[in-house]
Amino acid sequence: MKTSYNVDKNGFYGDFGGAFIPEMMHANIEELKSKYLKISSEKKFKKEFNELLKKYVGRPTPLYYAKRLSKKYNTKVYLKREDLCHTGAHKINNTIGQILLAKKLGKTRIIAETGAGQHGVATATVCALMGIKCIIFMGEIDITRQAPNVARMKMLGAEVRPAVSGSKTLKDATNEAIRDWINNPIDTHYIIGSVVGPHPYPDMVARFQSVIGNEVKKQLKNIEGNENPNYVIACVGGGSNAAGIFYPYLDNKKVKIICVEAAGKGINSKESAATSILGKEGIIHGSKTLLMQTNDGQITEPYSISAGLDYPGIGPMHANLYKSGRGKFISIEDKDAMKWGLILSRMEGIIPAIETSHAFAILDKIKFKKDDVIVFNCSGRGDKDLDIYIDYFKL
Amino acid sequence: MNRIKKVLNKKREILSIYFTAGFPKLNDTTTIIKSLDNSSVDMIEIGLPFSDPLADGPTIQESSTKALNNGMTTKKLFTQLKNIRKKTDIPLIIMGYFNPIMQYGVESFCKDCESVGIDGLIIPDLPVDIYYDNYKKVFEKYNLLNMFLITPQTSDERIKFIDKISNGFIYMVSSFSITGSVTSFKKEQTKYFERINKMNLTSPLIIGFGISNKQTYLDAITNSNGAIIGSAFIKYLKTHGVNKIGDFIKKIKD
Repeated sequence: MKTSYNVDKNGFYGDFGGAFIPEMMHANIEELKSKYLKISSEKKFKKEFNELLKKYVGRPTPLYYAKRLSKKYNTKVYLKREDLCHTGAHKINNTIGQILLAKKLGKTRIIAETGAGQHGVATATVCALMGIKCIIFMGEIDITRQAPNVARMKMLGAEVRPAVSGSKTLKDATNEAIRDWINNPIDTHYIIGSVVGPHPYPDMVARFQSVIGNEVKKQLKNIEGNENPNYVIACVGGGSNAAGIFYPYLDNKKVKIICVEAAGKGINSKESAATSILGKEGIIHGSKTLLMQTNDGQITEPYSISAGLDYPGIGPMHANLYKSGRGKFISIEDKDAMKWGLILSRMEGIIPAIETSHAFAILDKIKFKKDDVIVFNCSGRGDKDLDIYIDYFKL
Repeated sequence: MNRIKKVLNKKREILSIYFTAGFPKLNDTTTIIKSLDNSSVDMIEIGLPFSDPLADGPTIQESSTKALNNGMTTKKLFTQLKNIRKKTDIPLIIMGYFNPIMQYGVESFCKDCESVGIDGLIIPDLPVDIYYDNYKKVFEKYNLLNMFLITPQTSDERIKFIDKISNGFIYMVSSFSITGSVTSFKKEQTKYFERINKMNLTSPLIIGFGISNKQTYLDAITNSNGAIIGSAFIKYLKTHGVNKIGDFIKKIKD
């Protein structure tokens, strides 16, 4: 049988995935598992989803040929402009899908976790759109680091609840959201923001994000006459933007997949988020995957200058891409990512999110051929990171 | 015979106490076990601390963080428990999350549990289906009972399956909750207890989550074979240390 890099019927990607959850979550996860495919493939659902993506999010996002970059690196560089989505990143593709699903499930209260605040803003936005109560869990430390996004969520009517346990960052915000769901299983839907968590979340989020890759296929066919690029490249924190652009190409080996992780201050600096290199197989937030942990199995706190990449695990799809060799993993240090934030701004007039900058930095690491078609997921814009850019470059 | 089974066969009104190993101080483990044994507790759950305990509330998470900061590890716990069976015959259960156990190696973990005299395990994030398919044999090889949780949301069908493969007791979560988040039982909970009791399960039921005082203990034991107290005991240890454990138990039982 042909190996697929997509999820199997038990919720696994190779050795990774599944639902390692306490019994208190079982009924909710089971409900999602039994209904998400059915609901999301209904004609009416699809129509509503696609309309919102078109009229509210602004899809399809352009596939932009980056002329100056292409010339400099002597190859064909395309940018999938997810930074042009409403709210500034790809995150909203998933929150639109999940809010519609939550409504069909009869849920009246939404919770979500957020690190940098992008997923929190995307969730608060769709809750405002639908008039549904919204509570965002955010690490106490992140709340102080990401004040503008906290303000945006509040302006959109969401309650931002500080996670004060553990390391007070994204993983603890996720723990708090899960606990809230355990305490409120009947009326609440939990919108996870990445391709992490127990099955069916990784698959559900990947499917909602797959609009990115599906558009690339069509657009590339129009521009290049071939829907297959030679490379698709994306940054990976939890991995939702990567999953979205890889999705239609997972089992098409003509298309090479590159995942770019955050090396932070260096792989050996102890301040890094390069999970594929520094992580081991284990369980985080209900999923078997690669994660950064001590020898004793305690989950450790990663570091990256970009708040969206400092998750101690990666999604199970990506863990399998790594282990199977289907995806090539490259890690980029803070300083190179920052440099590329500036390069993209000055060469293409696009200020990228620092997460996204990591992906572009591989242009200095890999030599591409002249007629290679390489597609970057330009996953988010840099407005949210201006403070960090200002501070770093003394602008 | 397994010590848990012995107690389950003999008694109703079982009182089981949970504490986090390594809290309040790293080497309090054996002191706490002996004091609980001396104060007519029937069963002890030793919490193996984890950085991200999803099913636990702030009290137990805080005690776990403290324990880890104190230097508690899986290996250290086994060292502390090495001679415990020379001192007590009380049933001992380790309650821990699956990741630290996976990293230790599931088989090595089970083997070391048996060798220090652990009688059973509670692993909240190891679902019954995955246990049944992958780990049942190794647990049984080392004579470890595995206890599963049920909640008000668990379907009758699933409860029956859990009952069928349970070899110890069923841990009945009192409400929709993480540990330590309720102070009294409400009507719906009593209804849920009645529903479960009507199912005539083979496995004994012990109620946990939200047992914090004499009243909730009495409510629990009228509806089941016993009760588990965790967060309330951790809170007590936090303020009173390990020297007056008997007083805490007296307040519940007298």
